[in-house]
Amino acid sequence: MIRLEKRPQPSRAWSMATPLVAVLATMVFGGLLFAALGKPPVEAIRIIFWEPLFGEFSFYYRPQLLVKGAPLVLIAIGLSLGFRAGVWNIGAEGQYIMGAIFGAGAGLAFYPLEAFYIFPIMVIAGAFGGWLWAMIPAILKTRFGTNEILVSLMLVYVAEQFLASVSLGLLKNPEGFGFPGSRNLQAWDSAHNAELIAGTGMHWGVVAALIAVIFAYVLLNRHMTGYHIRLTGEAPRAAKFAGVNPARLVLFCLGTSGALAGLAGMFEVSGPSGQVSIDFNVGYGFTAIIVAFLGRLHPVGILLAGGLMALTYIGGDIAQSNLQLPAAAIQVFQGMLLFFLLAFDLLTNFRIAIPKPEVA
Amino acid sequence: MDLSAINPVLLIASLMVAATPLLLAAIGELVVEKSGVLNLGVEGMMITGAIAGFATAVESGSPLLGFVAAAIAGAALSILFAILTQFAQANQVASGLSLTLFGLGLSALLGQSYVGVKPPRMGDIHIPQLSDLPVVGPILFGHDIILYFGIALTAAVWWVLKYSRIGLVLRAVGENHDAAHALGYKVLKIRLMAIMFGGACAGLGGAYISLIRVPQWTEGMTAGIGWIALALVVFSSWKPWRALLGAYLFGGVTVVQLNLQAAGVAIPVEYLAMSPYLITIIVLVILSADKSSAPASLGRNFHASR
Repeated sequence: MIRLEKRPQPSRAWSMATPLVAVLATMVFGGLLFAALGKPPVEAIRIIFWEPLFGEFSFYYRPQLLVKGAPLVLIAIGLSLGFRAGVWNIGAEGQYIMGAIFGAGAGLAFYPLEAFYIFPIMVIAGAFGGWLWAMIPAILKTRFGTNEILVSLMLVYVAEQFLASVSLGLLKNPEGFGFPGSRNLQAWDSAHNAELIAGTGMHWGVVAALIAVIFAYVLLNRHMTGYHIRLTGEAPRAAKFAGVNPARLVLFCLGTSGALAGLAGMFEVSGPSGQVSIDFNVGYGFTAIIVAFLGRLHPVGILLAGGLMALTYIGGDIAQSNLQLPAAAIQVFQGMLLFFLLAFDLLTNFRIAIPKPEVA
Repeated sequence: MDLSAINPVLLIASLMVAATPLLLAAIGELVVEKSGVLNLGVEGMMITGAIAGFATAVESGSPLLGFVAAAIAGAALSILFAILTQFAQANQVASGLSLTLFGLGLSALLGQSYVGVKPPRMGDIHIPQLSDLPVVGPILFGHDIILYFGIALTAAVWWVLKYSRIGLVLRAVGENHDAAHALGYKVLKIRLMAIMFGGACAGLGGAYISLIRVPQWTEGMTAGIGWIALALVVFSSWKPWRALLGAYLFGGVTVVQLNLQAAGVAIPVEYLAMSPYLITIIVLVILSADKSSAPASLGRNFHASR
């Protein structure tokens, strides 16, 4: 009979190894899934993980890694702070949308002026939009004890409707021949989040993501707030005695993650996506949840996990065109990854003990 | 704007239809939470049930068979959650989320060839004389069998939780799993059964959307109904009849909102469409002050060796 024994301390080795084991297990079961869809499994896995990095057209795909990875890392860093403290912001998708709307809206108010200060104003407005949207569940939680999971999630659907509304109304391009969606920000230099170095995919969002990683690392390891976050997550009762103010922590965690998600939305809409439109958001807010967990809620881990997830997006696109692999298969693949990660986490906290037969 | 086009009798009848998926999912989740487990995967199980039910009904020509398949699919997906949280001791919030993300992807994958297909119709039960009564007839006696099943299930869950031995054990496990374990109850087994029951109910709710309420398949068609069902459990203070009341209330908001859209009210369509979510938030705020009725072990994992 196999028994589980709780480890006195979570195993550091397993904590590092579980993401890798989860990726391997996902490759195996993902391969089985692809085989079930009638696609060559080994070829599909090779295309997803190898082609974007080292394949024939990798010069085109590698920059895409940064473009797709940056918003994921930016959002996941914010989410991880809250997750560590037991503050569950599940509504990053909504904050991402609001950041995009605020950022683009602030910029478009100046159209067609060309000035150096327009882009910085958009950055601030984007962060503010996401922050504002996250403050709704934060204040409701601290004032009334309302569940932040459900409220932040409901607000995603509200934000999606709001996005549809501004795409058809307030922000609609007056020269757009009646099509929904705003002006193309890529065509307007002052508001365009262009590549900083041509051909690398490096834009301001990537810079912001890297700053966020460093900021989170310093915060968690060198700062009192970071200590409070870790303490609250690991020992909530002890945190109370140590003088942690739970309300302030909730406001800080939700506010930060909202602002970062808003930034991600703003950089996306002024860069790769180019315009506010009904479906410019592609679920980064939800995928970032997987990234946060896959990165073990650790800033450096999240950076790596963001890269991996970007790889599955890009590789998935290639597999879609080369093998006619359905787009949804990649979504399943990503969901599987989170499953396996949570399952193998067992080994971090528990030891599998096979009791020896007792000697009489 | 032409509000006279809104027929109050039809409004109430369609309100009941709109409420049924919510009610089914909420009753299932209520039982799960009563056993001390928080499963945030309702949305994922619902959408999986929606496509499993839809596909089965289309292939077999029998809507009823579709509902059976949907319940099985929902329960099967919930077993994954049970393995993660009950055996692998994974965090319940994270596991529930992964279930939803996985379910949304899986349903999109399975549903690809069913976009634009019409499912076989589920006939309404037509009782001569009774369903021909004015006003009362269409409201009470002109529905499909699943709608009545939802109400019967509410009554059954209420009775079982309140009066039966199984209900007592389930509540004991949810209130204090250590004490229940010490008394010799199989905590994990009871929670596993509760989780599977919740999954089956969510699956049924999903199939009700794809087979009866909307009768078609579109990706992500549950559009947050699973999450509203979770809010509904809080709203009901974990009491089945109040879940029924809440489902009808939310069903009412949805239907009125759709009727206003159709009547061309001056409010933009998008603002009407966000109203059910906003009202859910407002209701959550009003009710969040009282947490006394929540099961005490809700969301905490149980491991016997502690």
